[in-house]
Amino acid sequence: MSAEPVLRLRGAAMRFGDRELWANLDLDVAPGEFIAVLGPNGAGKTTLLKAVLGQQALSGGEIEFLRRPVRRGHRRIGYIPQQRLMESGTPLRTRDMIALGITGHRFGLGRETRAEKARVDSLVEQVGATTFAMAPVASLSGGEQQRARVGQALASDPALLLCDEPLISLDLRHQRGVTELIDQQRRTTGAAVVFVTHDVNPILDAVDRVVYIAGGRFTIGTPDEVLQADVLSDLYGTPVDVVRTMGRIVIVGGSEAHDHDHHVDHADDLDPEGPVR
Amino acid sequence: MNLDVLTHILSFENFGELVVLVRNSIIAGAVLGVVGGLIGPFVITRNLPFAVHGISELSFAGASIALLVGVNVVTGSVVGSVLAALIIGLLGNRARERNSIIAVLMPFGLGLGILSLALYQGRAANKFGLLTGQIVSVDNPQLGWLLGISAVVVVTLFVVWRPLTFASVDPDVAAAAGVPVRGLSIVFMLALGLAVAVSVQIVGALLVLSLLVTPAAAALRLTVAPLWVPILSVVFAVTSVVGGILLALGGGLPISPYVTTISFAIWLVCRIVGGRRSARGRGGRAQEPGAPTPSREKVAA
Repeated sequence: MSAEPVLRLRGAAMRFGDRELWANLDLDVAPGEFIAVLGPNGAGKTTLLKAVLGQQALSGGEIEFLRRPVRRGHRRIGYIPQQRLMESGTPLRTRDMIALGITGHRFGLGRETRAEKARVDSLVEQVGATTFAMAPVASLSGGEQQRARVGQALASDPALLLCDEPLISLDLRHQRGVTELIDQQRRTTGAAVVFVTHDVNPILDAVDRVVYIAGGRFTIGTPDEVLQADVLSDLYGTPVDVVRTMGRIVIVGGSEAHDHDHHVDHADDLDPEGPVR
Repeated sequence: MNLDVLTHILSFENFGELVVLVRNSIIAGAVLGVVGGLIGPFVITRNLPFAVHGISELSFAGASIALLVGVNVVTGSVVGSVLAALIIGLLGNRARERNSIIAVLMPFGLGLGILSLALYQGRAANKFGLLTGQIVSVDNPQLGWLLGISAVVVVTLFVVWRPLTFASVDPDVAAAAGVPVRGLSIVFMLALGLAVAVSVQIVGALLVLSLLVTPAAAALRLTVAPLWVPILSVVFAVTSVVGGILLALGGGLPISPYVTTISFAIWLVCRIVGGRRSARGRGGRAQEPGAPTPSREKVAA
């Protein structure tokens, strides 16, 4: 693609003590491109997102977002985290949550201008939240909450959507709904998507390229190039089989006792990921 | 029956003259209600009610030491609570860690305060007042202090209101959007320290929660609309304090039982009304077949 990349990683490396998560990572993400970041737990997928958000310093190399070195947080990055329980008594309705994407960073009381009100209304409609726009966020189902989060992330007209396992704990129908929403947005707005997930199946149709991280190494390519038995066996350094069945991809092996249903699951849960606060 | 006790609790002889005497207290109480009502919703969303209690004990220690060494009590109280707030804010990022730090600080502060009061030779009413509140003791310079500090808290809250809301309900996403989550947290703890310090002057260290948490908890039972929560919370807090001061005029009792009782009664009514409303399904949700019923169990407050 000829367009200027939204996100550019050059020789990026992440090391914790003597444990290397990834190194020499070169990646250009084009506008509108959908990148899936796959790999076992603790491989450094979320850490990669934190590095792009400037919340975790690289141990080597550099990351540029819109041709500038990344800093802590950015208005043009939309972040969609895992669904989590919103406690009852959280003083927000769905609409207010989406509005935070527009006014949340602004000092003051956050009065919305007429244009901003209209923008929030259109976002509410866009993500299919009209019926529960005035419901307390604590009363939302997982799928509804994630729709609201997509709306919130889209509010600031992002050039890049960072998704950290946004489908976890959603049922299949909502997984599909939220994926379609994100896919459709990147097609209409040209926002690039970097999507961290342990299960590629719900997003398989949308994905342009895969970054597969495992055991301190990675491989990048289209899903068909990367999700192959020989490629992943080479990456893991141990025999891995990739089974295509009923429109799903099932990766078996990776470590002896952990041939999970549809993802390779390493026993080491050394994920150095913590809350940002 | 025990009419004596009743007239002791509620007596309105010479009410008009007394109101003039406690004019300062009423002004201070109203301002305090505004401060407590505004900061309360943040205290709840940020999961800090226990921290409020901890800070108030340290504030009590500061005030007691000030009383003992003969410096301004408000200053002592501010120093104590701001220190405590900063320690809790800097060391306690996660709820569990924070709670143990508070549990460590609190008895230490209380002990220090009791020690200072035991050594203090002055009026006994001053001692008791710091723990359980006082009526007529707000003199003009003290009122000036209270108004000044309250103004600082309210202005600070208004400036950081929106990003603080974002950072309180969703810290990770707020940080990703470039909201200075960490800085806001420290600013908020400072404001909370100041708010506690002024509250201690009126309702006493033991009962600060009734001003900084109960009104907001009551408001949240009725609505989650970002505009109405602070408004209702302020109304409830002001009603509690001013109402408490007025009712306390008659009997020679401390104001705190009146304040806490009104504040508790408001919460109780809100809880019942709020419960009825959600049972009737008024959750702000348009008709949608098969929509999950909201669970109301999770509220601890």
